[in-house]
Amino acid sequence: MGFIDRLVSRVVGRDVSPGDIVVVDIDAVYAQDGTAPLVIEVIEKELGAGELLAASRTYFFIDHSAPAPHVAAATVHREMRRFCRKWGVHLYDVGSGICHQVVVDEGIARPGMVVMGADSHTPTIGALGLYALGVGSTDAAIAIAYGRQWVRVPPTVKVVLTGRPPAGVMSKDIALSLVGELKTDGMVGRAVEFHGEALKCISMDSRFTLTNMCTEMGAESAVIPVDEVARQWLESSGLTPFRRVDYNPSETQFADELTFEVGRVEPAVAAPPDVDNVLAVGEVEGTEVDQVFIGSCTNGRLEDIEVAARILRGRRVHESVRCIVAPASKKVYLEALRRGYLQALSEAGCVVAPPTCGPCVGAHMGLLAEGEVALATTNRNFPGRMGHKDSKLYLASPATAAATAVEGKIADPRKYLQG
Amino acid sequence: MIRGRCWKLGDNVSTDHIISGKYKFSAIDSLDSMIPHVLEEVIPGFHEKVSRGDVIVAGRNFGKGSSREQAPRLLKIVGVSAVVAKSFAHIFYRNAVNIGLPVVVAQRIPEVSETGDIIEVDLESGVVRNVTKGFEERISPFPREIAAILKTGGIVEYIKLYGAPPWLGGTG
Repeated sequence: MGFIDRLVSRVVGRDVSPGDIVVVDIDAVYAQDGTAPLVIEVIEKELGAGELLAASRTYFFIDHSAPAPHVAAATVHREMRRFCRKWGVHLYDVGSGICHQVVVDEGIARPGMVVMGADSHTPTIGALGLYALGVGSTDAAIAIAYGRQWVRVPPTVKVVLTGRPPAGVMSKDIALSLVGELKTDGMVGRAVEFHGEALKCISMDSRFTLTNMCTEMGAESAVIPVDEVARQWLESSGLTPFRRVDYNPSETQFADELTFEVGRVEPAVAAPPDVDNVLAVGEVEGTEVDQVFIGSCTNGRLEDIEVAARILRGRRVHESVRCIVAPASKKVYLEALRRGYLQALSEAGCVVAPPTCGPCVGAHMGLLAEGEVALATTNRNFPGRMGHKDSKLYLASPATAAATAVEGKIADPRKYLQG
Repeated sequence: MIRGRCWKLGDNVSTDHIISGKYKFSAIDSLDSMIPHVLEEVIPGFHEKVSRGDVIVAGRNFGKGSSREQAPRLLKIVGVSAVVAKSFAHIFYRNAVNIGLPVVVAQRIPEVSETGDIIEVDLESGVVRNVTKGFEERISPFPREIAAILKTGGIVEYIKLYGAPPWLGGTG
């Protein structure tokens, strides 16, 4: 029994086990401009729904192609706005930010919830101690229309992080190293639950990167039960748990358990063509890049922008590189602005973009031409993901991305972060 | 009973492989305009070569990646009648059930099958066959509700017929 089974048991009022299919109330549902159009179609055209039982806890985000890069996207956005007005669904319009970050910023996602998001990186928010399930549009539509959905309780694998991350190593490096070891299908059919002493020195910003990348191991969900770090963060954010869950991991039998020593992790890079093709930065150091992108639901949080600013402050983006930085949300953007990070990045030659998923999904705001190479802090490096099918994409931490932007070729960030 | 020609694919076929995000976002609301790009980087010209009833047979983690439901919808639109794989990414699996595209987990069929073989999927009796190779594998039965959804052709059809999803009182 992992945290998710305990939470689901609490929700349905009886003990459930992994593999059980149960029906649960969905505490929050969200969709974005890639998945919402089909949600709207299913609700209004296919189902012809007369009422939406979960309208008041439904959230739409215009984040993937925002602001609209072409008329087709503008049309979709107009439809989303109309739908939200008609049905009383909450809308976060252009510039608000990436759904998985905004639900955290706005206190929509809270510990103890069951949340469905029509986006595969929904497990990101599991770092708040909740059950986050990524789904497709029809699933989201039914959750919105009926307020309830079926879930299959996933078996949980306990991942114990031991040690302490070395200087210059970010949680992205830990996540990539895990994906490199477990492979992109390593957690198919399972949920990941993080534990271990290393979590004490991994901030909330960094934790969302860990849970985010569990999607890239095929995990159905990812969770970090609320601990002291999370409690302090919740308090400073003025948030309280939505639902309290009695949970004692030491009395829990997990489907599997593995230990990962983070003290040995080096800055890591996932080389094309897949996320599990993970190498130490030294193995690809010197690879020339045309573009660097810092942002996305994986690494567009304040801590990520801060480390990029620390490395780029007083330096210049290499003349052969364009470096695009997109804070993950308006809240992150404003705080980065207030702290001078965006100014430092802009002065260094970065393009500071509005909050958007854009480049990560190849939607807009920095696509790649044939033969071009990019290094990004995003989560997927599939062929053609960021543009032309014969472009290449490397994934790394924001620190590695910033160092790479300075040198014009893949670079080890540690030399910029000593002392 | 489902019967069709096999299209053999490997492990980790992503929804990006099935339909690239850049088409989804340039033709954001039109499935028809995406048809020419279905699986184009994996099997060039797939949308022209595939025949109604064909079956995709793949390895592990089929449909990984993005939650885009356009992926199973497009496979169904171009004529694919079922996907047989060693394992599925969970979002793809749910999406496929919801839109009435049978998704079948089998371990040996993907090992023995080649493109062009004749594949039969018998959901009623729980068997997948490679007719060409004379090989048969038993498959685990679907939970009752999922079987009912697939039989009706998808969750929307089910709701239209019975008034609610099977787990919320719609009985079929």
